[in-house]
Amino acid sequence: MSIENRKITLHEMSLRDGMHPMRHQITRAQMVAIAGAADRGGIPWIEVTHGDGLGGGSVNYGFGAETDAVYIRAVAETVRDTRISALLIPGIGTVDNLREAIDAGIAGVRVATHCTEADTAEQHIGFARAAGLDTVGFLMMSHRADPATLVAEALKMESYGAGCVYCTDSAGYMLPGDVAARIGAMRAALKPETELGFHGHNNLGMGIANSVAAVEAGANRIDGALAGLGAGAGNAATEILAAVFGRMGAQTGTDLFTLMDAAEELVLPMMDRPVRVDRSSLVLGYAGVYSSFLLFAERAEKRYGVPARELLLELGRRGMVGGQEDMIEDLALTMAAAREKPAA
Amino acid sequence: MERKLKAAVIGPGNIGTDLLMKMQRSDWIEPVWMAGIDPASEGLRRAEAMGLKTTAEGVDGFLPHVLADDIRIAFDATSAYVHAENSRKLNALGVLMVDLTPAAIGPYCVPPVNMAEHSRSLEMNVNMVTCGGQATIPMVAAVSRVQPVSYAEIVAAVASKSIGPGTRKNIDEFTRTTAGAIEKVGGAARGKAIIIVNPAEPPLLMRDTIHCLTESAPDQEAIRASVAAMVAEVQAYVPGYKLVNGPVFDGNRVSLYVEVEGLGDFLPKYAGNLDIMTSAALRTAETFAREVHAGTVALPLRAA
Repeated sequence: MSIENRKITLHEMSLRDGMHPMRHQITRAQMVAIAGAADRGGIPWIEVTHGDGLGGGSVNYGFGAETDAVYIRAVAETVRDTRISALLIPGIGTVDNLREAIDAGIAGVRVATHCTEADTAEQHIGFARAAGLDTVGFLMMSHRADPATLVAEALKMESYGAGCVYCTDSAGYMLPGDVAARIGAMRAALKPETELGFHGHNNLGMGIANSVAAVEAGANRIDGALAGLGAGAGNAATEILAAVFGRMGAQTGTDLFTLMDAAEELVLPMMDRPVRVDRSSLVLGYAGVYSSFLLFAERAEKRYGVPARELLLELGRRGMVGGQEDMIEDLALTMAAAREKPAA
Repeated sequence: MERKLKAAVIGPGNIGTDLLMKMQRSDWIEPVWMAGIDPASEGLRRAEAMGLKTTAEGVDGFLPHVLADDIRIAFDATSAYVHAENSRKLNALGVLMVDLTPAAIGPYCVPPVNMAEHSRSLEMNVNMVTCGGQATIPMVAAVSRVQPVSYAEIVAAVASKSIGPGTRKNIDEFTRTTAGAIEKVGGAARGKAIIIVNPAEPPLLMRDTIHCLTESAPDQEAIRASVAAMVAEVQAYVPGYKLVNGPVFDGNRVSLYVEVEGLGDFLPKYAGNLDIMTSAALRTAETFAREVHAGTVALPLRAA
């Protein structure tokens, strides 16, 4: 299917999803440098928040090097055309956090719930809409809902006031056909003026292919991260998205060379670890586990001697959802205790 | 003197009905009235079948009978919006109010931590915080009674099927109220609460994680003992309350991993979050009844 001349809005994730592999320690100066490059490269939106959204700074997920408000203000002073969004996960962040972020300079918010729990977002989507923000509903772990279920949840978010709804592949589990089925069903059911978005992770190496499938099925907002800096094996790389969509004749309004230079010269050198498909992130995609569990599972492996792969597989079997990072240490303790017991 | 105190339940929904079933086993509380607002409500029919007097006129429906039926305690399982009015009317007649809504006009009550205090001061309205608060604040208090806690954070994970539309529409209320009670009742200088809704099938039991940051290096032995004693106190009214893992000591971090299985009265066993609310509310009323019976507190005076 041709996407020639389709207009695609790229949304930069390195300063939010990228906080996960950086343990939320990206410095203010690094944020300013990357946001400046995104602005020069024609990226229309950039998300700036703790990896787990507003209010995510915690023992459970890790505290940021700075508060969300400090980061957002710094980026807001830097960018000229790029607009700033924040992520908000109801249950973690509140409307109070959202008010602070608005004061700090966001123009949009993405209100995120597990793919079957959209009705926990009514309060926040309603508030955001009334405050005049670009308001997006973000259905995480979308692979856990079949297309009909996802449509029902997307309709709820639309009814609360979301002008755009995302199919979010938090586990990097989906294949292009899965994405096309979900976005296609959403496109058929939601109002024509409601935009659709896709957020991919590269755990099965499908980040770019899935983004293309999403656009072909009717999405026009696509998340990417420079150099792929995001949880697990990372997000679809922004510079690759720009190149691929360019090759397909779609309009992203970005400057490819500026973006690829930023990825290479700014983002790559600051990575704590290579963000790539390694055996742990591959397991995330294979087993359908929330991508930000990666570092926690590796930490638990070091401390309790239970392989990260076993932990991640079991977390997948138990149906853990985004935000349940606490269950990783809990499970490691339980599995380590079971190992210590002599075989009967 | 009759030792059971007579009670009314307002709100014949899941919580009200579960509470009623628990009360029927109580040695200290006798349910007499169930008030709802919908004459067609199944909950009212269930209450009637259990032998209660019922009204579909809300609190006003049984106010004229409060004195004649000697109602001393009321449980409000409606919503924050109507609670204040319910409480005012019943308090005026000398009825103690146990508030299971998020209204929180009275002080927070977490039975093993501060219930005795409220009961002895004859507090006329106590608030049961939130499910996450009931499940975690005893643990925060177990650490903070050993040494100062500068920060406590809880993560409550509940089964999707166990939380109703009211909670979903106002999930911020859960996080704010719980965080406030972690400080006021749990004794942490600063509190934070996180709630996660998990739709797994079959539904998962309620899980709660408690992270405390102690001001100085944690006294591991004292904290272990304090936590074990507190778990036993909660188990006295929630038998399915279990410390699955911990305390984990990591620098100044003390982490506890708890599971709450309900009794499976009206609500399924996985809904430990709802069970711990109804159990804590009943526990509060029973303690008051015991104090009255022992003569340590006196019921509000009433014209004979």
